Amino acid sequence: MATVSTVLSNERAVAPVRRPRSARRRMLLLADVAGLSPTLLLYGLFIVIPVLFAIFLSFTTWDVVGPLRWVGVANWSRFFSDPGAHHALLVTLELVGLSWLVETPLAMALGLFIAGTQRYRSVYAAIYLLPLLLSTAGIALMWQGVLSPEFGGLAWFSFHLKLSFLNQNWLGSPGITLYVLVVIIAWQFVPFHALIYQAGRRAIPREMYEAARVDGASLAQTFRYVTLPQLRYTIVTSSMLIVVGSLTYFDIIFILTEGGPGDTTRVLSLYMYDTGFLQTEFGYASVLAVVLAVLGIAVALLLIRLTGFGKMDSGREGIW
Amino acid sequence: MSAATASPAVFEAVASRPIAARVVRDGGGRTRRRRATGVGGGRAARFAAFVLGTVWLVIVLLPIYYMVLASFRTQGQYLSGNPWLPTGGLSLSSYGTVFSATGLGIDFRNSAILTLATIIIVVLCSLGAAYRIVRRASHFAAVSFRLILFGLAVPIQAIIIPIFIIVVKMHLYDTLIAVILAASASLIAVAVLLMVNYVRAIPRELFDAMTVDGAGEWTVFARLVWPMARPVLAVVSIFAGLGAWNNFLLPLILTQSNANSVLPVGLYKVASTSQYGIDVPVVMAAVLLSVLPLVLLYFGLRRQFVQGLGGFAIR
Repeated sequence: MATVSTVLSNERAVAPVRRPRSARRRMLLLADVAGLSPTLLLYGLFIVIPVLFAIFLSFTTWDVVGPLRWVGVANWSRFFSDPGAHHALLVTLELVGLSWLVETPLAMALGLFIAGTQRYRSVYAAIYLLPLLLSTAGIALMWQGVLSPEFGGLAWFSFHLKLSFLNQNWLGSPGITLYVLVVIIAWQFVPFHALIYQAGRRAIPREMYEAARVDGASLAQTFRYVTLPQLRYTIVTSSMLIVVGSLTYFDIIFILTEGGPGDTTRVLSLYMYDTGFLQTEFGYASVLAVVLAVLGIAVALLLIRLTGFGKMDSGREGIW
Repeated sequence: MSAATASPAVFEAVASRPIAARVVRDGGGRTRRRRATGVGGGRAARFAAFVLGTVWLVIVLLPIYYMVLASFRTQGQYLSGNPWLPTGGLSLSSYGTVFSATGLGIDFRNSAILTLATIIIVVLCSLGAAYRIVRRASHFAAVSFRLILFGLAVPIQAIIIPIFIIVVKMHLYDTLIAVILAASASLIAVAVLLMVNYVRAIPRELFDAMTVDGAGEWTVFARLVWPMARPVLAVVSIFAGLGAWNNFLLPLILTQSNANSVLPVGLYKVASTSQYGIDVPVVMAAVLLSVLPLVLLYFGLRRQFVQGLGGFAIR
């Protein structure tokens, strides 16, 4: 500011020297190139080229050591007849659906809670965010300790309080491990989505609640006819993030179960990792990667289309 | 007499200044002191909300508490004692083991380097890019912006194989530089968006005033954009720092040797060894040490953290 005011009070500012138009344009273009090229370079090398490269690789076979061979749509037809891939896709969709079902109501309730102005609630909100500071690896290892059979925290309850249902092989039972993962992922991400709902709730004009009160609306009616409709974009934003995020979910599952027991928690991203980096079938793994990306982008576009609302705007509305 | 009456007024004036500042910092519209509106009106409802909120508080804190308690025990104490109560003695030996025997000291150093380098790269690149995008000086900037926005939709898992191949071809496999560059690239689209939103809010008149005065593009950047953007630099730094410090997939794929290992992968490796895989207290102590710097920063810079986390929402 100080800089600007001195500039403004400068006598010589009255008649600036104009450079010829084309020279000025060239200078502006040069400035654009200078300002943008570091970003574009990084971005091109690690995002744009990899996207194109992944699509290209999906039509080849390659194990890094041998030569790269063009195989046309062979990898793609393999994908459509590969029961492993279908299963992985199914597990992924199950994880996405369950995550959405568990996280959305919890996050909304907690978001409304921390949008309140009582002092203790802001203290609670500060603590709620702690899981977001932990690395996913840290969270996985922490839960591994809590859940470990025999010596874990839950096992202790089962032995000493005779709550025998708590004595499970939480991370190694085909029937329950996927649900355990859903709970752990919810533990990690509900606070984040609560934050989005908090911002959404705070953006609702106060007058709407006053009007509802004047009309004698009950608490449930206020929620149904004021809060819920007003939060619709927030719900879209949060839902999209949950869906796209859990589509590509990898870290916690990789550390805690590696897809097991059996293949009950082997999601698509993990199947891709195994195919690519353990079996070094980069061609087929790229098919899985492209499927992953297309699914994510499709879901995002679908939600945007359904609601007629841009992702960028809704993201901003949520937090800024 | 006059001095006595004047002095309280002076104090009041002095006192009112920080309060006014605080109200501004809380952000317009959502002032803290306002009473709860509408929902949460009834007493019973408020009590129900309190109960629900407290239940979630317990859910958040229980596993963390378990981890903290376990970290202050030896393996023997952990296996024999009550894991939920500090009975049977506490010990700092697990923390000693983390540094002396697990080799995670290197991971701490590497994570610090990775995080600082990523923050510097992301902040400088995105601010420069945002400045040019907001200036709208040429078609080139507009096209670049559209290209960068497209990257928001690409999940990093989907392009990890090509990234791996490119890194190998550049002879950067198993180097921190590879992780730094890839992590920066994965964070830069969001950072640009955060910066653009902020730089856009700088009044156009300020730009015009400087340009009319004959200031070059660099002068405008150095004397207007850079000083004005300071608050958002903190937000972007936290966003990029969290993304780098906690990243798991990129270092997992792009590094291999212990000398280039970073914390999340190092923790995973330590916990997978036969020696420490069963030594829960050591693993817990290592996890806690890895998050400690973030927790300290968090309680110092809560507002910036919340906004920095908001960056992940755009993602």
